[in-house]
Amino acid sequence: MPVIEVEHLVKRFGGLVAVNDISFTVSEGEVFGFLGPNGAGKTTTINILCTLSRPTAGRALVVGYDVVRQQTQVRQSIGLVFQDPSLDDRLTALENLRFHAMAYNLPAAQRRARIEEALRMVELWERRSHVVTTFSGGMKRRLELARGLLHHPRVLFLDEPTLGLDPQTRSRLWDFILDLRQREGTTIFLTTHYMDEAGHADRIAIIDYGRIIALDTPQNLKAGVGGDIVSLKTSDDASAAEEIGRRYQIEAKREGDGLTFEVAHGEEFIPGFIRDFGTEILSVSLRRPTLDDVFLKLTGREIREEAAPDQIKQMAHLHGRLRMRGR
Amino acid sequence: MGNLLGVYTIWYRDILRFWRDKMRMIGAITFPLLFLVVFGSGLSSSIGFMAPGVDFAKFMFPGVIGMTVLMTAFMSGISVVWDREFGFLKEVLVAPVSRGAVAVGKTLGGATVALIQGLMILIFAPIIGVSLSPVTVLKLIPLMFLLATALGAAGILLATRIRSMEAFQMTMQMLMFPMIFLSGVFFPLSGLPSWMNALVKLNPATYGIDPIRQVVLGSMPAAAAAPGALPPMPYGITLFGHTMSIAQNVGVVAVFAAVMVLLAMWSFQRQE
Repeated sequence: MPVIEVEHLVKRFGGLVAVNDISFTVSEGEVFGFLGPNGAGKTTTINILCTLSRPTAGRALVVGYDVVRQQTQVRQSIGLVFQDPSLDDRLTALENLRFHAMAYNLPAAQRRARIEEALRMVELWERRSHVVTTFSGGMKRRLELARGLLHHPRVLFLDEPTLGLDPQTRSRLWDFILDLRQREGTTIFLTTHYMDEAGHADRIAIIDYGRIIALDTPQNLKAGVGGDIVSLKTSDDASAAEEIGRRYQIEAKREGDGLTFEVAHGEEFIPGFIRDFGTEILSVSLRRPTLDDVFLKLTGREIREEAAPDQIKQMAHLHGRLRMRGR
Repeated sequence: MGNLLGVYTIWYRDILRFWRDKMRMIGAITFPLLFLVVFGSGLSSSIGFMAPGVDFAKFMFPGVIGMTVLMTAFMSGISVVWDREFGFLKEVLVAPVSRGAVAVGKTLGGATVALIQGLMILIFAPIIGVSLSPVTVLKLIPLMFLLATALGAAGILLATRIRSMEAFQMTMQMLMFPMIFLSGVFFPLSGLPSWMNALVKLNPATYGIDPIRQVVLGSMPAAAAAPGALPPMPYGITLFGHTMSIAQNVGVVAVFAAVMVLLAMWSFQRQE
């Protein structure tokens, strides 16, 4: 049974279409990633799924409950870690979790044990009585994760969960998340614009301008790029490109101070290629395609460069509206 | 049942935060204290007695209690703006607690804090020369809490509509000061110019302050009503020739409070 079902979901802010007719399902226990640049509609989608925002059109069910008509049931079944901090930083870690436990109607008898379990899991038990203002960014994130899990939700939504954290903290946070999924079978819906982070997902939806442009496992998405990527430096790039085209019917692209091209089974291709190639080769390297390459192939843009100037304006506008409405 | 727990949860957090912030407690009573000292002492000698045994400082004292309650409750709405700014409101909005319960919890939290601060003003009663019996204090508590609930809900209502901190504070002051000045905190309600009289009687705060004054200072001494004795009655609201009893005043504030709470609940419901 699917845990999340989204059908033809649309969200407009005035004339701006933030989410443009998306449909997908997420099954029980799956880690499902939403990957896309800032302003692509990821947070808007999460806000609709967690009942903070109403869809303009379409339908979304979470654990079988309609996000518009059965808000309380949806809220009771989900946990959230937002993109922006949402702790009461004047209260202690313990008090924040106690508030959450009460708000989610956890039986009083279970509260203590659950809070301790959650705080120990994110290794904050020793700091439980400290006020949150004294916490580092990573600790706050971990506390939010503990809070999101406190009521044992069926689905955990993570909106850019590791944004602004250092690599070490990020990988630690991921250990917690994956461990949790292992133990509890919690379904995880995550948005990110970090490619390596999306790699943790079982399936990824690539979203751009409010549309899903690809949806598959990371392996299949990468396979779709068309093979491995060979980067080449030569004494004469122009004639090298011409030679590659002539010999292998492959188009080599100029990138930086060298050439790149895609080829199937790269490790078997390279020895023969070097032996037979007419132009002098200075260096050659081979790599597997990354999700960056997938995004580049699908959109012609790199996810990191985020947006063209006119798009930035649009995004700022959208962001402003989201701030107004989303809060 | 779930909603009651929700109300309690929201209320509990506000109280916890208030408790944590001791400076706020002290800060909140310095302003009323300033009024008591400056106006009370400064004007008492020149104004003289408002009623037998009631000088200006004594007259103003219950007004200042009411003012403290009113201001604290009204301003407590800022915590919603604050929570929105710092993200905590999201945690609240996405919890399985109805929005109505959140609005009620917030209102009661603000009202409780306002009540505590109002009670703190009572400490100064002996200095002003007002004697308070335990029974008087017990009578004051519900009066203060009702006024606080009405203004607390009004503050929450405003906070759901106004999103920026600056705009909220400005709107708050624009509404609060006229409400205080035109409520009989500082002057008797009789013998006012007619335009002012109309504004004072349209002001719901008037009906919250007057019963507090009547309870603190006791009903009019009989001598004051004696013919030709003294200036007009310093307290009691007269509407169309009818002098409002405490119960009637409470009724007016209760209706205002109910309307404000319902509006705040409705407005919170519409938060996206």
